[in-house]
Amino acid sequence: MEVAAVFLPLAGYLIVALFGRTIGDKGSMAITSIAVCLAMVLSIVVLFDTIGTEPETIVLFSWITSGTFDVAWALRIDTLAAVMLAVVNTISAMVHVYSVGYMHHDKFKPKFFAYLSLFTFFMLMLVTGDNLVQLFFGWEGVGLASYLLIGFWHERPSASAAAIKAFVVNRIGDFGFALGIFAVFVLFGSVQYETIFANVATLADAQFNFLGVEVHALTITCLLLFMGAMGKSAQLGLHTWLPDAMEGPTPVSALIHAATMVTAGVFMVARLSPLFEFAPVALGFVCIIGAATAFVAATIGLTQFDIKRVIAYSTMSQLGYMFFAAGVSAYNAAIFHLMTHAFFKALLFLGAGSVIHAMSDEQDMRKMGGTWRLIPYTYALMWIGSLALAGIGIPGVFGFAGFYSKDLILESAFGAHTVVGDIAFWLGIAAAIMTAFYSWRLLFLTFHGQPRADDRVMAHVHESPWIMLVPLMVLAAGAIAAGILGYSAFGGEGMHAFWGDSLAEAAFEATEHAHHVPFWVKVLPLVMGLGGIALAYLFYVQMPQLPARTVAAAGPLNRLFFNKWYFDEIYDAIFVRPAFLIGRGLWKGGDGAIIDGLGPDGLAATTRVAARRIAGLQSGYVYHYAFVMMIGVVVFVSWYLYAISG
Amino acid sequence: MGQWPILSLTTFVPIVGAGFIFLLARGTPETVARNARYMALWTSLITFGLSLFIWFEFDRANPGFQFTEYAEWFPAWNINYRMGVDGISMMFVLLCTVLTPICVLASWESIRDRVKEYMISFLILETMMIGMFCALDFVVFYIFFEGVLIPMFVIIGVWGSGSRRIYAAFKFFLFTLLGSVLMLLALIAMYLQTRDTNIAILLATHFDRDMQIWLWLALFASFAVKIPMWPVHTWLPDAHVEAPTAGSVILAGVLLKMGGYGFLRFSIPILPEATAYFTPLVYTLSVVAIIYTSLVALAQEDMKKLIAYSSIAHMGFVTIGMFTLTTQGIHGSIFQMLSHGVVSAALFLAVGVVYDRLHSREIARYGGLWNNMPRYGIVFMIFMLGSVGLPGTSGFVGEFLSLVGAFQVNTWVAFLAATGLVLGAAYMLYLYRRVIFGRLTKDDLKGFHDLSLREMAVFAPLIALVFWMGIYPNSFIEVMDASVAQLIENYEAAIQSAADEAAGAAAVALR
Repeated sequence: MEVAAVFLPLAGYLIVALFGRTIGDKGSMAITSIAVCLAMVLSIVVLFDTIGTEPETIVLFSWITSGTFDVAWALRIDTLAAVMLAVVNTISAMVHVYSVGYMHHDKFKPKFFAYLSLFTFFMLMLVTGDNLVQLFFGWEGVGLASYLLIGFWHERPSASAAAIKAFVVNRIGDFGFALGIFAVFVLFGSVQYETIFANVATLADAQFNFLGVEVHALTITCLLLFMGAMGKSAQLGLHTWLPDAMEGPTPVSALIHAATMVTAGVFMVARLSPLFEFAPVALGFVCIIGAATAFVAATIGLTQFDIKRVIAYSTMSQLGYMFFAAGVSAYNAAIFHLMTHAFFKALLFLGAGSVIHAMSDEQDMRKMGGTWRLIPYTYALMWIGSLALAGIGIPGVFGFAGFYSKDLILESAFGAHTVVGDIAFWLGIAAAIMTAFYSWRLLFLTFHGQPRADDRVMAHVHESPWIMLVPLMVLAAGAIAAGILGYSAFGGEGMHAFWGDSLAEAAFEATEHAHHVPFWVKVLPLVMGLGGIALAYLFYVQMPQLPARTVAAAGPLNRLFFNKWYFDEIYDAIFVRPAFLIGRGLWKGGDGAIIDGLGPDGLAATTRVAARRIAGLQSGYVYHYAFVMMIGVVVFVSWYLYAISG
Repeated sequence: MGQWPILSLTTFVPIVGAGFIFLLARGTPETVARNARYMALWTSLITFGLSLFIWFEFDRANPGFQFTEYAEWFPAWNINYRMGVDGISMMFVLLCTVLTPICVLASWESIRDRVKEYMISFLILETMMIGMFCALDFVVFYIFFEGVLIPMFVIIGVWGSGSRRIYAAFKFFLFTLLGSVLMLLALIAMYLQTRDTNIAILLATHFDRDMQIWLWLALFASFAVKIPMWPVHTWLPDAHVEAPTAGSVILAGVLLKMGGYGFLRFSIPILPEATAYFTPLVYTLSVVAIIYTSLVALAQEDMKKLIAYSSIAHMGFVTIGMFTLTTQGIHGSIFQMLSHGVVSAALFLAVGVVYDRLHSREIARYGGLWNNMPRYGIVFMIFMLGSVGLPGTSGFVGEFLSLVGAFQVNTWVAFLAATGLVLGAAYMLYLYRRVIFGRLTKDDLKGFHDLSLREMAVFAPLIALVFWMGIYPNSFIEVMDASVAQLIENYEAAIQSAADEAAGAAAVALR
């Protein structure tokens, strides 16, 4: 069953990739969607079967066996993997169905669905691997699928540029990840989770020479591995690809760049939590990076006008939350938020897709407005998504999904009572008010006020078909209920039974601390959320002239935020352009002028002159070379004789 | 079965086929061309069939030489005809026999002049390559090693495409022959000590340290040019650019591996102390090669040059891997050679496909081919990913294992070499984008038809290999495992005894 849950999407992919032409558009869409829906059902069954049982590993066949380096294709099913399996398959199934409607006008439907299924397969391999190399396989595989889907509309130069950027920036992260895997192998003699976790305690104080410096082995290992997570999960520094990735079709943004692939980094840290627990410095780093990302991304989200980019920065910010939760050892809170976030962020993206669809492919919120009566379902669904994202609820009664998971994260950060925990808490609180603000800014700009699109577009605005709305409603159900239903298992009384051994013990301790924080800590996130909504209402409904005035007053700060803190410009100037320049310089200067100039060409020229002088040979090349070789041989032989006799 | 001289058969069937073509292909030019093509194809397929016996009959547990053959040649001088393969060389033989029929097929329509001579050259080339990997006598090896140069030189010089083909052919010849001359000197020097050119005897002989260093340098000059290592790599881009497609395929697919094979067969096992001494040099040159040529590849405007530079970078992983002298490193390095043999060969074939249609290698002349050649786009994508080293393709296993080996020995080397992962992705994706993606605006591209059945037949086996090697590499690793284990064991024993000797000498001096 586990095998079927993982390989059904691959089967769907292969059928469409090989026979897509024969079975046609409808057949391709049906086969991939049915395969993934089946996989969804199976993986939910697997999840309920797995809770409370021992982890199970299904070895398929060996992969690489080189001396002691032994890796197999395997599926390791424990609670963590089963949760991911269920989340990935559920969101993927919804996105498949939604895309049937969304990609209605596209010429290359079989290709699109094939890629979606391929992505799903890689993601499932990523979460079920029993070793780091299979994790890496899935990791790079989802990167490939992401590359293909970002560049799906390859005729747009911006799309193929964004695709390359995504792949290469991720590769920078994977560079660190790969080194981390090597370090693990050197330390543990294995890359299997079982062996690593069993032996990690004995290596707690091991030292290790990395780049000539003696360092704490597990710290450097975890930092290298985390570099991979930073790339994949778009953490500050390696995040620049994610906003550009919005060039892909919107269902792709929902599935890959919001709900699943970008959370792979969080999954990795949780999966390796027994290892990270022995590297407190690395955990501190994870925490700080996460908190900084949550904050910076939120500031950028405040200023963007592209509806998808706002949600993209929101995703980045929420990923930051997950990481700082992991950084204070609250891995269960991180995965809880990963799960709830998958629902409401996929909902928001697909909802945004529905808006874009209705607005004749317009993405700029400045050209929207006044549409809520025309697309009421989408409007309601976007409200649900935003409420879940902002973490709104009534304490003790009911809350939307984010209310439980985000609060647990913030409480864990506070409950850690460490410096980094406190920093994360306050940055997280600041991000929370901004989150609510930009979410309602988006709602107000898109749906309220006077229509700013031209009449032709407005006349065409229409509600999406049911095939798109039904998946949205399923996701909305998740955004409403996932928090309240999951709380006990993920972070409440049931957590020990639920997680078993699939996370480090420290997670439970961190959660216990989180449960005992002061009352004001528990309500502050909610207050911030409500405050953000109120502010947005003030800015965009009550006093629409306020935003312009604020922007004018906060000139440089706004420019900084609007230009995404200039990361792209700086990277371009430091890395991209110099790489091309140096490459050209080495080619023309190094290869051309120096090596060839002093080597063959120079020799040839010199010989030509010498030959003409000495022997007056014909000027055919072959004599010149023969002559050089003769001289070379003579010189070498004499040097050689001299050397052995001396 | 065991009694057959299977290696000699595999080696000399191609040249016999070449003889048949020479004698039998007569008539009008069209008939000659057609006959030559079919005879070459059949010859190469028969050779491939023969080589399959080697694959199936090979004893994977035996680390030594198998299928050995012996014939007296100059017994008075102890120079004899000896053939045999072990786990290191066996798969290279297969690589040659797989690529040659593909080359014949790829040249089916693109070569129109002097088809007969072209096919003869290719079959002679195949004999030389296979013979080189099977030879167990240094003189026989040397003859085949040099013999490879001649047909290749002719292929580039005669059927080359550009105006600079004569320059390229001579540059190729100059570089490689200069190296070879030094190897000949090393051979003579070794012979003076052993009075035998049997490789098994050379392997068992201990040369003293100073001698080892000189011999190592002389061999290095030859193998480093072949592989090629920075800074003696500049012949390769020129040779590739000017060579016909199938010439590039063999050049990248097999000829570059002669250097790597030479290191594994001679430098490392025969000269262990010198190998240990020069390892830092090899690491340095390899790391420089990876970063330097990757950056250069980024700036290329010519498709073939770009892939040629990427080859040099990939060979950097090979040399790093094998000189780590770790199991993973050597496995990785051999695997990387095999994988590169498939992937880069396929990439040159892929360039050949569009070259046949437009007769330009300039990247800027292309763009948007996905629109009218989707099958080509997929094929190109698969090999691009193989080159980038995506897990699941052959490229990953070799690169990753080489780096695993490197990390155990020296983290700096692994760190710097791993930057190739990033740069490699950058230049390949950039190439792919400029050729395949985008709008189809250029008029001369609009009439392109997608891959023909013949072209699909050329790529299909290579695609299968890329995935087979990527998903179940163990069927290849288990072939080399025993021989590699023995190589490492002998190397470590030699280093250990040299250390003991040095310690003993020091003790004597102290006394």
